[in-house]
Amino acid sequence: MEYQIAITGFVALYIFMLAAFSGWVIIGNVPAILHTPLMSGSNFVHGIVVVGGIFALLNASTRLEQAIGFFAVLLGAGNVAGGYAVTSRMLAMFQTSGHENKHAKHGHAKVSPIKKG
Amino acid sequence: MLIQISQLTIGATDLIAAFLFMYGLKRMSSPVTAPSGIYVAGIGMLVAVLASFLYILSVDAAAKPQLPINIGLAVIALIIGGGLAWWVGKKVAMTAMPQMVAIYNGMGGGAAGAIAAVELFGDKTHGLTQLVVTLLGALIGAVSFSGSLIAWAKLDGVLKNPLRFRGQQIFNGLVMLLTLAVGGYILFITKSGATPLLPMPQLTELFFACALVCGILMTLPIGGADMPVVISIYNAFTGLAVGLEGFVLQNPALMIAGMVVGAAGLLLTLLMAKAMNRSISNVLFTNFGTPKKHKQGAIKGSLKPVDAADAGIFMRYASSVIIVPGYGLAAAQGQQKLYEFVKLIKSAGVSVKFAIHPVAGRMPGQMDVLLAEAGVPYDMIFQLEDINDEFANTDVALVIGANDVVNPAARTDKSSPIYGMPILNADKAKKVYVVKRGEGKGYAGIVNALFYAENCDMVYGDAQAVLAKMIEAVRGLGSAKAA
Repeated sequence: MEYQIAITGFVALYIFMLAAFSGWVIIGNVPAILHTPLMSGSNFVHGIVVVGGIFALLNASTRLEQAIGFFAVLLGAGNVAGGYAVTSRMLAMFQTSGHENKHAKHGHAKVSPIKKG
Repeated sequence: MLIQISQLTIGATDLIAAFLFMYGLKRMSSPVTAPSGIYVAGIGMLVAVLASFLYILSVDAAAKPQLPINIGLAVIALIIGGGLAWWVGKKVAMTAMPQMVAIYNGMGGGAAGAIAAVELFGDKTHGLTQLVVTLLGALIGAVSFSGSLIAWAKLDGVLKNPLRFRGQQIFNGLVMLLTLAVGGYILFITKSGATPLLPMPQLTELFFACALVCGILMTLPIGGADMPVVISIYNAFTGLAVGLEGFVLQNPALMIAGMVVGAAGLLLTLLMAKAMNRSISNVLFTNFGTPKKHKQGAIKGSLKPVDAADAGIFMRYASSVIIVPGYGLAAAQGQQKLYEFVKLIKSAGVSVKFAIHPVAGRMPGQMDVLLAEAGVPYDMIFQLEDINDEFANTDVALVIGANDVVNPAARTDKSSPIYGMPILNADKAKKVYVVKRGEGKGYAGIVNALFYAENCDMVYGDAQAVLAKMIEAVRGLGSAKAA
């Protein structure tokens, strides 16, 4: 730990403020059509917590700490892997009209609408 | 020297990871670049996780003897947790996405809470600020964990009905206060050095137990229609908890990623709440969906049932059709059939568009994903504000499995619970067809005046069966002409 920069007081608040602002701006530009993959994607991003779990587990010195640390890494890894799997699956499905149109076959004549009672 | 290099490497990879996360999320803002966005973020994650093992070189002296076991445990946890979640995530159905997001989100919250627990039980926090932040992160993470699990159970149908009882809000409030009091007491004891009423580990256990119960109690009374808001809130909560624990661990990557997600989740929550015309506290603290005694203005007109085949043929000869799909369509697994029908009438020269209400589905944007899964290209899908003016110039609006989001009462009836909610103006189309299973009410429990309108016909039946009949009828036309 000695070699790492210390993030205390206002420095932490600056990091939080700038990060929150970035998140707000980045997400604010996403069209509603992508809200589900986006939420799932941001869900994946907070899976970085697994790194914190690994730190805590590696640093564990008692059985209790090891057990909780194991739990932390287990859950964090689930968050990461699951988040990635579902997000990439969803995003792969979005396509434009250019990618299909192979199925258009039936009736080409344009007929005027039937009047119905 | 080796230790310094490893710490530098961890610092550098975390910096890279933080950048890749933000860049990845940025790329997700367009359907064209979105798939590469998650890939970019994925690389960031991989690098950060691999680099975190360099921490082996700089663990505390007390942990050194345990290191081989700890490394083994970490690898096993990564393989089991990651493997299981990956396997489930790959095979689960698209309609089940909301509950998957809920459960993965809960895992993240649980991990943040567990990190806080290691710090607290191991007495590793230094100074008052760190202790406060650890406790706060523990509380939010634990609430997100248990709350997300309840949300998962509700979405998955394990828990069927919202649990509500008299005085619930007061009870929930008291549990919340108790949690905060225990947290405050832990702080007081640590600061003053006085002898606690309970030994410290037990106090910490009590704190976590209360926080977990809070999450459960908060989520139990919330109804199905409010799930989009709830998932967004817990997503924001987990982000916040991760950010706070990042501060405790002095890891800027966690701080940044957590806070970015926290802000993003908050924004989505506000968007969803706005789309339902309700405040967040309204969603969390009032019981929506309980049938209120509300004076319904007398509705003129009658329900006019028509045959699916007639409706299908009418749309085949219309020049423009806007389809308003709702969760009922997904519940009936009718998206594929719907797109088949759309392709059929589109090839006959009908202009077809999809109009999506922001809260269609069980999480923000779920309907868009379900349509995309059925193969509907995204340039045919339009959001409320982009298409609402077009209904007036459209021949047919086909409302399928949706109800409250097309209820004109939201515009006109001040006494209606959904008054002021933005709705799709399906009623303004020249002709409206509503595909519905029966004469039931929507989630809000309100009769929909649209169904009784002059220009509206009802097609009763399961969405998939109705669409099959429509397809058959339109195909029948084609073959009759050829014969």
